[in-house]
Amino acid sequence: MEQVFNGLQLGMILFLMAVGVTLTFGVMNLINLAHGAILMVGAFFIAFTTSTIPSFGLAVLAALFLVFTLAWLVEVLLVKHLYSKSHLDQVLATFGLSIVLNDGVIMIWGREPLYVNLPSWLEGAVQITPGFSYPLYRLAITGVAILAGLALWLLLTKSRLGMQIRGGAEKREMIGALGVNINFLFTSVFALSAILAALGGIMLGPMISVQSGMGDPLLILSLAVVVIGGVGSLKGALYAAILVGLVDTLGRMLWPVMFGDIVGNIVSNSAIYILMAVVIAIRPSGLFGRRISV
Amino acid sequence: MNNLVENLPFMKSKRLAFSLVAILILALMVPLFNQPYYTKLIARVCVFAIAAVSLDLIVGFAGMVSLGHAAFFGIGVYCAGILAQFGITSIGLVVPIALVVALVIGGVIGSISLRTSGLYFIFITLAFSQMIFFVAQGLRMFGGDDGFRLPGPTIWFDGISLSQPRVLAYTMIVTLLMVIFVTSRLMSSNFGQVIVASRDNPRKIRSLGIRPYPYQLLLFMISASICALGGVGFANLNEYVSPASISWVQSGEFLFMVILGSAGTIIGPVLGAAAFVCLEQLLSSWTDYWMFYLGIILMLRVIFLKSGLLGLLTRRSQ
Amino acid sequence: MSSNLLLEIVDLIKTFGAILVTNKVSLNVKPGELHALIGPNGAGKSTLINQITGELDANEGSIWFDGQMVNAMSISHRAQIGISRAYQVPQLFSSMTVSAHLNMAQIAKNHLGFQMWNPSVIHEGLSESLEMILSKVGLLHLANHPSSELAHGEKRQLEMAICLSSSPKLLILDEPLAGLGPSESAQMIELIRSLKGAYGILLVEHDMEAVFSLADRVSVLVNGEIISSGSVEFIQNDELVKAAYLGDELEAH
Repeated sequence: MEQVFNGLQLGMILFLMAVGVTLTFGVMNLINLAHGAILMVGAFFIAFTTSTIPSFGLAVLAALFLVFTLAWLVEVLLVKHLYSKSHLDQVLATFGLSIVLNDGVIMIWGREPLYVNLPSWLEGAVQITPGFSYPLYRLAITGVAILAGLALWLLLTKSRLGMQIRGGAEKREMIGALGVNINFLFTSVFALSAILAALGGIMLGPMISVQSGMGDPLLILSLAVVVIGGVGSLKGALYAAILVGLVDTLGRMLWPVMFGDIVGNIVSNSAIYILMAVVIAIRPSGLFGRRISV
Repeated sequence: MNNLVENLPFMKSKRLAFSLVAILILALMVPLFNQPYYTKLIARVCVFAIAAVSLDLIVGFAGMVSLGHAAFFGIGVYCAGILAQFGITSIGLVVPIALVVALVIGGVIGSISLRTSGLYFIFITLAFSQMIFFVAQGLRMFGGDDGFRLPGPTIWFDGISLSQPRVLAYTMIVTLLMVIFVTSRLMSSNFGQVIVASRDNPRKIRSLGIRPYPYQLLLFMISASICALGGVGFANLNEYVSPASISWVQSGEFLFMVILGSAGTIIGPVLGAAAFVCLEQLLSSWTDYWMFYLGIILMLRVIFLKSGLLGLLTRRSQ
Repeated sequence: MSSNLLLEIVDLIKTFGAILVTNKVSLNVKPGELHALIGPNGAGKSTLINQITGELDANEGSIWFDGQMVNAMSISHRAQIGISRAYQVPQLFSSMTVSAHLNMAQIAKNHLGFQMWNPSVIHEGLSESLEMILSKVGLLHLANHPSSELAHGEKRQLEMAICLSSSPKLLILDEPLAGLGPSESAQMIELIRSLKGAYGILLVEHDMEAVFSLADRVSVLVNGEIISSGSVEFIQNDELVKAAYLGDELEAH
């Protein structure tokens, strides 16, 4: 039962990352391999701010602000040049960015993993049903992720910027036709995706050890989510994220029981990719994706 | 024969051809001076060059960005290692086995991945190589995440083994030359024309009566095999077998070599591999954080250079 | 299926959601004849062409080619049995030379794509038959030029040459005159005229003078329906056609 919650939680974090990926690709045709590194930077920032700012709430805000600044810098210095380039160029440039960030945090903070201390009002467990209690912080994260999802939904459905983003994600040709301020739109989408990823990192910070490269497995998982859900589809990102989160977490309990220790371990790590391969084989553009024309 | 050499994709300028021959002669001479460090460096360049050329077939010629070639590299590494654990070290056995294993796994991965294109292809090749990474990591009897030392080097015959730097270097140089020759012929043939046409305009090639899929799949399998060849060399170079050779960072480095040199040219990636190894050595002798600077160079290369090294060289000689 | 017809379309229906774009279209092309398909913009000509070549699947109806029903055949299979299409926007291989395009068409038609060791014959020069085709379309002097350097009219000529190099039975020409100047147009018209008899041709065009000068038969497509079909004189005098087409283009000639 606890694992179901954990699975949902993983799903929510993956959702935050997957939305960023699907939006940047859908709207701007941009592949961003540095997304995982941004999550990691988010975690490092919160570790940094909580060690210097006594109030946890303020620390979170400060970390978000730092991320926003970084995202803005990255967009202006690097990403801006990538919109018109080929996928290969984008892959390489963002790959370069991710290794710069991964090594950069080592340069600043060293190789030892950092730990984030939770304030006392977030510690402890909550009784859900008699006999089953769940860590408060994990519940809080799920809550935050749901809130973020709702806020995102509101932004996308109720605001003008949101409409432009959605239109662009579905049919890129529309953006030009609508006479939208492209620069502002693109920068906004990139900043949004970075903040979502970093939010994931900020929330993960207190739960796992913060170190270089921690975001990369999540990046790859979120890519699997996007592929399964279909690029450009936000609904797909949500459903696929929850599916992936559950399958991964519950699977890790299940496979070693079914297949024994060694094989079970391998299957636990690969299960999502096997799922992805199956989905691709049946529906090459993902569960909810639009047909990618060749 | 003369006609054939002239038609190899990269033999477009005499000056380039002469420079390449000069480099080759230099490379052949280095192992003769008793400097194991530089000799192994030559071998390292060749190992990466083989992998980069194999990747170029897919990225440069077929126009599909694969982020998963480290998987095939790793298959070569692990084949060399696992066979050695069982006492099989003869090169006449290790190489063909590695080639076949990579061919088959390349077939499986390719048959699924090639049903997609563009972004999906990038993601799915990455995902498959992650799967292989996890398999390697999970093989606790073979060292798991830490890997294991190569129990015995691959050998030509008694007394001549790849643990001797000179032997390794010459073996890899010859292998690289063979790879360059074979891939050049392949891409100059009708098959190569179909691959390039399918990249340029898939809609048109269909309306001419060709389905790209079988051709791309075959190319993918060939590319996987060649990459594994590099892996066998790598295992002997480091005398170590580990999952790190299957990481996505390794795949990214191969892509870097291809683009550094100029994609779609075969010789370009060879130059790219050489440049990469030089950069690697130079940067890591200055600082611990050489990856950081490598990343910056990579970003700068993408933003500011239109074509890779080969493009720069051939333009100057025109 | 009448055995003396090259292409036969029977009661073809295509819908996009609730919209009927092809409405019980029947059409045929005899071997060696030039059958022109005309109609106002938005009539559904491209959709019809796409169903013939296989880029779109029809909802109902049948398409017969050379005695076989092709509805279930893939694009590449239909190309192999002799359907060749010259696209409205020339579809070329940007990295290849002019000659290489013709070479590719031949490789495709003759199933030579899996030759993997011998250098493609293009490296030695074009075969005689392909040279003749290049010369016929007027591009022989540009044989070794990259296709990316061609002017618009020359790209059109190349598109035609590629079709001819596939040894097709049916040529589907999708607005071959669009965007061409007067002398280029005249050249293209004569080229098409020289192909009559040797190939079945389905010509989609807006240039009425060209259509009436070249066509053996004309069919008129309006709102997805064939409203009239017959000889050139018949169409020129048909009231239905004049009304539907607003008469302007026909009266001008």
